[in-house]
Amino acid sequence: MQPRKFRFTKDHYGGALMALLGLGAVVGGRTYEIGTFTNMGPGFFPAAVGIILIVLGLAMVATAGPSISEKVTDFSFDGRSAGCIVGSLLAFIALSVYGGLILASFAVVFIAALADKQNKVSQAFWLAVVMTVISVAIFWWGLSVQLPLWSWG
Amino acid sequence: MHETLVNLWYGFRVAAEPHNLMWSVFGVVVGNLVGVLPGMGALTAMSILLPVTYVLHPVPAVLMLAGVFYGALYGGAIGAILLNLPVHPPHAVTCLDGYPLTLQGKGGVALSIAMIASFLATSFGILVMIMFSPLLVTIALKLGPAEIFSIMLFGLLAGATMSHGTPLKGVLMTLFGLLLGIVGTDVDTGTLRFTFGIPQLWDGINLVALCLGLFGVAEFLKNVNRAALSARSANVRLADMRPSKGDIKRSLFPILRGTLVGTLFGAMPGTGPTITTFVAYALESKIAKNPERFGRGALEGVAAPEASAHAKGQIDFIPTMVLGIPGDPLMALILGALMIQGITPGPQLISEHPDIFWGLIASFWLGNVLLMLLNVPLIGIWVKLLKVPYRFLFPSALLFIAVGVFSTKNDLFAVVEVIVFGLVGYILSALRFPLAPILLGFVLGPMVEENFRRALLVSHGHLLTFISHPVSAWFLALGVTMVLTQVVLGARSRWRRSRVHLSSM
Repeated sequence: MQPRKFRFTKDHYGGALMALLGLGAVVGGRTYEIGTFTNMGPGFFPAAVGIILIVLGLAMVATAGPSISEKVTDFSFDGRSAGCIVGSLLAFIALSVYGGLILASFAVVFIAALADKQNKVSQAFWLAVVMTVISVAIFWWGLSVQLPLWSWG
Repeated sequence: MHETLVNLWYGFRVAAEPHNLMWSVFGVVVGNLVGVLPGMGALTAMSILLPVTYVLHPVPAVLMLAGVFYGALYGGAIGAILLNLPVHPPHAVTCLDGYPLTLQGKGGVALSIAMIASFLATSFGILVMIMFSPLLVTIALKLGPAEIFSIMLFGLLAGATMSHGTPLKGVLMTLFGLLLGIVGTDVDTGTLRFTFGIPQLWDGINLVALCLGLFGVAEFLKNVNRAALSARSANVRLADMRPSKGDIKRSLFPILRGTLVGTLFGAMPGTGPTITTFVAYALESKIAKNPERFGRGALEGVAAPEASAHAKGQIDFIPTMVLGIPGDPLMALILGALMIQGITPGPQLISEHPDIFWGLIASFWLGNVLLMLLNVPLIGIWVKLLKVPYRFLFPSALLFIAVGVFSTKNDLFAVVEVIVFGLVGYILSALRFPLAPILLGFVLGPMVEENFRRALLVSHGHLLTFISHPVSAWFLALGVTMVLTQVVLGARSRWRRSRVHLSSM
């Protein structure tokens, strides 16, 4: 048997992340008043939860072995897809302010559809057109959402 | 008894009011639809519809969400039986025998048996709910803050350890949810906590945005470009759906047993519907005369798990409504919707808001009858819908998410929250954390904190108060036992796995 090389696994990162989060909660909790057991201040509960997070997060790091199933990854990060999905919502925010519901609806569907590699640009375009019509019908005409229909320029 | 009947009659009148009935129907149809669509579960459906509840009164809001809940639960069975797609984890077991039945051309029969099973199980669950809720209320009213804290802690631990993934990760996610619940103005002192100078966070994190981020956007980020969700073709015609007398006779007892299993597991908080269906299936295959039929298209293998899932779903409403303690994230979401409406579920709910409680019960019945009526003619449409590719679904859903979450506060900051929680959820699930416990922690967080504070205030700061109250001590002991069993079981299976791994090298 070969000596296994030590490698950080997802569990190491995950546990460390949780411990850091707990640390943040404790530090934040201390800026509010902690108080006593009988008369707790607003900082008590966050600090308590934070301490448990630190302890359990470190426990997770300590018990994280070299994961056997690590190689069989079901998780592949794909920058373009993630960018499109997040970007579609960002575009929605920007266009809601500067363009109105029609442009915002179109943009969110069109950009998000491009996240899937199987979607052709023309398919994304027509899907976005159809969904924009539906969106105007439901949200503007049906539910009178507080967004202008068109505010470009 | 007489009083119960009067209440029930009142409930039916509430549920049958045109306005309420309309929203209930709407919920059932949308839930059914989304349950059928590949890649969307009840949680996504309810999250997307949550903004609608802002413009509704509490009664139609709850009726609608409940409709989505059982509509999606039923819809999930369609994908499982016809296409071998476990859209919703509890239906994974239904695939085992449902899909072979479809291959044999008996998919339609399997669907109607699932329908009958769901209706009978729901009816039984409703009866249990009617009988036990008032009883539980009298008990619940006697509970002090120490007991409530311990029961909530138990519920949180149960939810954390029973979800998939290791128990430690579940507990960590619950704690993360508790932290998220702290954000906002502290009720007792008015201190702003973790608001980072953002005025929109003064009221706390937007529940709708949290749900849509974790169970919408994060899911899309995870599932996009994964081919596994594409569907194959299946054909079911109306005429195929009528079960023969033999089919019904064969399924009747499995349905009853499944219902009892579901009821039993429903009484145990934290046991998820997936475990319930697996146990129901295992029970059937154990007591069957010829167990080798299972996995090759045994109707019992569809009837029992479906019945158990629906019975459990129904029973889950009891602690949610009566104690204000949700057993799973779906219930947490319904609870959250009630709290948005300014209603605190708990022992006082039945007396203070009888319209909600009894209306809900009656609407379960009406909704399930409707589900049966609806699904027979619509089955052809569902089959077509199953073929809608995921690559068209998620961009459309994102539009509904964006506009929907904006409309909750008429503030685009909510969309920012959705993006943030979408990314957080994506990162956490990339690190193999389960996301559902976050919601449980978030919804229960403020109540846990309040009861913890109050219990210690009453006992003058003695931590022993949680052990000196017997009920509280029992629940704490139960919780600790549960966690320890999970840890031991987990360690054992890991040890075994590593041995297998070493010997294979």
